[in-house]
Amino acid sequence: MSGLTIAGRELTSRLLLGTGGLPSLALLEPVLAAADPGLVTVSVRRTSSTREGGLLSVLRRHGVPLLPNTAGCLTAREAVLTAELAREALETDWVKLEVIGDETSLLPDAVGLLDAADQLVRRGFTVLPYTTDDPVLARRLSDVGCAAVMPLGSPIGSGLGVLNPHAIEAVRAAVAVPVVLDAGVGTASDAALAMELGCDAVLAATAVTRADDPVAMARALRLAVEAGHAARGAGRIPRRAVARASSPTAGRI
Amino acid sequence: MRLIVNGAATDVVGPTVADLLATCLNDARPHGIAVAVNGEVVCRSDWPRWALAEADTVEIVTAVQGG
Repeated sequence: MSGLTIAGRELTSRLLLGTGGLPSLALLEPVLAAADPGLVTVSVRRTSSTREGGLLSVLRRHGVPLLPNTAGCLTAREAVLTAELAREALETDWVKLEVIGDETSLLPDAVGLLDAADQLVRRGFTVLPYTTDDPVLARRLSDVGCAAVMPLGSPIGSGLGVLNPHAIEAVRAAVAVPVVLDAGVGTASDAALAMELGCDAVLAATAVTRADDPVAMARALRLAVEAGHAARGAGRIPRRAVARASSPTAGRI
Repeated sequence: MRLIVNGAATDVVGPTVADLLATCLNDARPHGIAVAVNGEVVCRSDWPRWALAEADTVEIVTAVQGG
């Protein structure tokens, strides 16, 4: 167990994994084995066959809890309906809530997000909103009953890492619920930095699924999240503008 | 009866959601599927008795890789 509890459920790992972008479903099992994620996200889309069931079979066989998302929703109304469909299809009331402002930036629409979060909490959902790195919005989301907040490090799929570490620290300080760094992770050091800043978990998708070797990157991110969390607990030294010798100054020849 | 199923006009014979699923997915009680009619989710337990009406808008969804 990871020691991280969200809405009363203890997660097995502080690395959460998105499944979008994997070149083949056959890679999912080895990626899951290497990442050992605490939650795995899936999307909800129209279907004309039951063949897509292959994805759910793999995930159920692995036993990892599912976190359906509302990716692609541009309004609170779409997001609420998508969350309700996900609850019915997947038998979970957990939802990674996304209400995006436009399809170019994929940035959250703060107004629609807060509205949808409020509606879904009232309908009994465990809501984990994908949000901007804004401590004020994070507090508002927490106030309406979200189980965690998931600020972006940088735009979805950009791999730019944590562009504003101070904002992530401010989000951490603003809320009592778990903070999950979501979006922007490109490689292991980004995930480690997020944890060192005080995030409780990291959600990565593209960083793994579009890496040259997704299985190797899944393992790297798992280790990075663990290392960053341990370093945060260890307490880093303060930064100094000048050198400070670590060898004794006395007794020099 | 003509419905809009996943955005496309579709002719169906049977009157219920379960009949529609049997037509579209060859399975009246498929797992991992959810259905909304006119923007409202129809629970799995209601599929066999939920009567569809001419021009209803139906969404049939499942989980895919994402996020």
